[in-house]
Parts: sequence; structure tokens; C-alpha cells
Amino acid sequence: MIKKQEIGKAGLGRSAITAVISFIYFFPVLWIILTAFKTHTDALTVPPKFFFTPTLENFSAVFSRVYRTGGEAVDTKFDLFFFNSIFIAGTSVLIALIIGTLAAYAFSRYPLKGNETYMFIILTTRMLPPIIVIIPIFLMFRVTGLAGSYLGIIMLYAAFNLPFTIWMMKSFFDELPREVEDAARMDGSSEIKVFFKICLPQVKAGIAATAVFGLILTWNEYLFALLLTGIETRTVPVAMASTIGGDIGVRWGLLAAIETLFLIPVVLVTFLLQNQLLRGVTFGTIKR
Amino acid sequence: MADIELRNLTKRFGTLTAVDSVDLDVDAGEVMCLLGPSGCGKTTTLRMIGGLEWASEGDIFIAGKRVNNLKPAQRDIAMVFQFYALYPSLTVAENLAYPLHAEKLDNAEIDKRVLRIAKILELDHALNRIPGRLSEGEKQRVAVGRAIIRNPQCFLFDEPLSRLDIALRQEMRGQIKMLLSDLNKASVIVTHDQIEALTIGDRIAVMRDGLIEQVATPHEIFASPANKFVAGFIGTPQMNLLDGRDLKLNGGGIELQICRQGLTLPIDSTIFKPVSAQAEIIIGVRPRSFDLASESAADTLSGKIDLIEPMGAETLLHVTTEVEELRVVTDHRAAPPLGSLIHVRPRAGQLHLFNSDGKRISA
Repeated sequence: MIKKQEIGKAGLGRSAITAVISFIYFFPVLWIILTAFKTHTDALTVPPKFFFTPTLENFSAVFSRVYRTGGEAVDTKFDLFFFNSIFIAGTSVLIALIIGTLAAYAFSRYPLKGNETYMFIILTTRMLPPIIVIIPIFLMFRVTGLAGSYLGIIMLYAAFNLPFTIWMMKSFFDELPREVEDAARMDGSSEIKVFFKICLPQVKAGIAATAVFGLILTWNEYLFALLLTGIETRTVPVAMASTIGGDIGVRWGLLAAIETLFLIPVVLVTFLLQNQLLRGVTFGTIKR
Repeated sequence: MADIELRNLTKRFGTLTAVDSVDLDVDAGEVMCLLGPSGCGKTTTLRMIGGLEWASEGDIFIAGKRVNNLKPAQRDIAMVFQFYALYPSLTVAENLAYPLHAEKLDNAEIDKRVLRIAKILELDHALNRIPGRLSEGEKQRVAVGRAIIRNPQCFLFDEPLSRLDIALRQEMRGQIKMLLSDLNKASVIVTHDQIEALTIGDRIAVMRDGLIEQVATPHEIFASPANKFVAGFIGTPQMNLLDGRDLKLNGGGIELQICRQGLTLPIDSTIFKPVSAQAEIIIGVRPRSFDLASESAADTLSGKIDLIEPMGAETLLHVTTEVEELRVVTDHRAAPPLGSLIHVRPRAGQLHLFNSDGKRISA
């Protein structure tokens, strides 16, 4: 019913064009998901098959598989790597959000002398390509013993998400009408209460949008994870890369299965937060 | 003793002086309207009384106590904001109850008061809605309700009706006036709408460029504006302010040149002396203080009608003379046609005389 109405609003032509464009964009994803259910032979068939007997063997191979022909099935520790990815991304984004939201509120409401300069300096930390900063950071991690630990990589990711979080959240706070806060002050609220009771609920959408962007960025990060995580703290992108290769060539089905599993948390988070997200990314575009 | 006293109150933003040594008393139970064009410092003055801006200089007393260094919450004031400033994530009931939580009242008492206020303001049906789902009028009533639910020393209103449409504004104007007289507290209302100020205010303070130009009752401010600015600002259509040159006394009146036309005007004998000291004066005549004359005479001005604005029962004529334009309001049935030459006679006793500095000439 709703779908029909929406097509009606946009017009059949536009809906068709949107569908075609969406299909082009989503085709690679579709191909990955299909491949994940194919046997090794099916995956390599040219032209690609769209109708085949699905198999779950790739998915079970993600977690334990036979490395050498005739050998025993070995635990790949991928369950740990998935946990690592979720734990590291979640914690670092949470830390960045807590610090960043408070900092953004301060920058928005109690501007310092040279506020713009501070904001710019914060942004400059993101201007260097990671490949340039990786060497000093690697050395720092070696010296301090943070390399390979959860603490190290979480701190690093939090620091990397922080500038983005501050900039995003500041723009959300800037958009809020000050009058409402003034009203709360007149009504006897302390500054702490003004922040938590009045401001924070109003930027819920912004927090959601910032969190999703941060999560996706951290979730996909490869370079730092490659160099700074140990075998116990490895994340999925690194583990996935090391899966390429083997005695029977690239196992496309297996890789596709890992990728499919890797997609699920992102899709899930985005789906759960979609309403907030939509409001978050369109914030400020609608006149009050 | 006045409930709100402002002494030499000044606010500077960098090099800009937004409010310049303002002295003002608002008595208990009195409604004071701060009226002025935008950017005149009226809202800044209000925010300083409320404690939302620090005063650069001067003192603020509320009920005899100096409150300059107190936080807004400690001043025992309630304020209604221009854009209502309702808490968007709280329901109407929670919005109304918000100020009461700060007073540490128990829940039963809070519920009782919320229901009472909701009943007074006809908000019973909307108690569980969030502000985003209210009409403009309802939002306005919630904003007022949140202010009056406590029992503060005084009330501040920042352009309370500016967001409402005309019909609703007239209705709320009456309601607020009644409400304020029931509350009987010192209130300050900021507005740029003179009708609002004239109808609601017990007294009006006209501000311009951070200075108070005149403080008086609505009647007084209309009948004897203290200077040229107030004269031009209050009253629609705007008062005609005409330069009078070559002033000569002539028996019971004055002879002078207005719009390059010689004119004899009768004036009150009490201001004869101060007027005689001036070589040039400014004559203020409200558009409704003209009578149409059938022919040119010593006490009439002549000009051509170059624009006619019907205003319902009345018609506003724009009359061009050689140098200045006159605004004349006539009964719509008596309005002459466009382009015709007319003669208008300023009514004796309804003239406002200002000296060349713009100050009112009075006895």
C-alpha cells in the first residue's frame, strides 16, 4: 500500500530510473552475496550462474576449515576477529562520542578566543594521509607497549574519530535555538541539567548519524589494524586479507562469505538507526 | 517602591553600545512595554533584567534587591520567549511542570498545578503532546503557562505575539491583558508593534539606539510625544513632521513657511513664549488632524493627490506639495479623485510643535 502511494507520488518513470540506478549500485553487493552461497566451481563459472544449488559450506569454512588437502579442519579464530571488530569499533566510537559531544557543546556555547583556529587545528589532525603518520605511531606503540593491545587500537581509533565527531556535533549544537536553553536557565536549571535534559535530547539524530559514520569508518579500517593489532586483537579486514591465497587459488566463495558476514552489522546498525539517520543527514536543511 | 528598577543600565558588545544608561522603574502590578524599532536595545534590556546577559554598567534591582550578580534562576523571574522556547523533547505537561521541578515541589502538587494551568489556558486536550504537534496558538499558550505556573516576582515577555497571525494575535492580546491584570505583578513586555504596546501597556518606554526616548502612559505618549522620534514612531499612518521656517508671531498664532507656502496657525497661548524663541520649528500633524477645505486660505496647505490608499472606512491620501509629501486621512466618502488639487486645514489644538533639535515645545 505505502509503496504504491510512494510510486504514485514520484511518478512511474522516476521510480523506474531510481530502480535501475539502485540495481547498478547494488549489483556488486548482490554478486558477493550470491557467490557466498556457491560452491568453488560454481563461483568460477563464466558466464556467472544466477540459478544454482545454494550451499552453506563457505560459511562454515569461515570459522573452521581444512587448510591442506587431506588435513584436519582447524579453527580459524574468525569468531574472535568478529568480536574484535565489533568491540574495537563500538568502544572507540563510544569514547569519541562522549568526549566529542561534550567538546562540541563547549566549542558551540562557550567559544574561546580564537575558537575558529582551535576548530581548524582539530581538523588538521585528519588532513595527513594515514600512511604518513603510521610510522611514528607504530614506533610510539612499540615503545609504549601498546602494540597488539586492545587499549592501543581503541585509543587510536577514538582519537581518529574525535575530530569528525567534534565537527559534526558542533554543527548540530549550533543549529539549536539558544532560547530554549535560556528558558531552562530561567526555569531554574543548572548548566549540567540544561545540557543533559534540554540539549542532548534535541541532538539525538545527530548523535546517531555521527555514530554510524564513525562506526563504518572504523569498521572498514585496514592499514592501522594491520600494523597495530596482534594475533589476539586482529580485526576482520586484516584477517580477511590474509585469507586470500591457498593451495587451490583464491577461494572466492569463502571470501564472499566473510564479506557477507562482515556486511551484516553495518546493515543492522544503519537499519536500526535509519529514522534518526535520515533526520541527522538532513538536519539544518529544513527551515525552522 | 518599584518592583523592577534599572539604574544607569548599560550594555556594550565590543565597541557597540546596545543599551545606553537606561533608567526605568516598573511598579508592582504595572505592565511596562518596551517599544522600539529592531536593534534599539529593548530585547537586550529585557535579557539583562532576566539575567541572560550581564550588564556592562549600572544596577538592576528586583523587589529592592540588587540582582546583577545573580543567575537567572535566582532572580525569581518568569519569561516568555519570542519563539516560545518550549522543550522539544518534553510533552506539554512536562513543559509546564519543568519550572516546578526546580522548586522541589512534590509530584501531587505539581500535577495539581499543571492541571489548573492547563484548564485556564485550554490546554487539557494537548497535555500529552510534544510541542512539535501543537498549533502556533497552543505553543504560545504553553509558553505563557510555563511562565505563570510559578509565582515569581515579575514577568518578562519578549515579543510574545509576533509569531501569531493577525486574528490570533488580537485574541491573545486581550487574553494576555486580562491575565496580566489578574496576576498583578510587575511585567515587562518587549514589542515592536505599537498597537500591542498601546493596548497592553500601563506605561510605554519608547527606545531608540539604546536610549529611552520617553516613558509615559499610552494616552500621553500618543497625545504629547516628547520628541520628533516618538511622534513619528507612534501612530499609523505616521505623523506628518513638517519644517516650519521664517517664524513670526501674529496675535493669537504664528505665521510661518511650510512646504514653501505661507501659513497662519493658531497656537495655545501657554507655549507662546517658548515658541517665540525659535526661528525654525517642526510642526507635527497627524494624518487624521486635517480637515479638507473647499478653497485655499491663510490656514490651509495645498497639494496634489498622487496616491490613494483605501483603508476601509477611511482613505489615506498622499498629497505632494512643492517640497514635502503630506499624509492625510479622510472619510472614504469624502476622498477626492487621484490627481486633483486639494486644500487641507490642520486642526487647531491638534498640532505638535518641536524645536529644531526635535524636542517637544511645551509650556
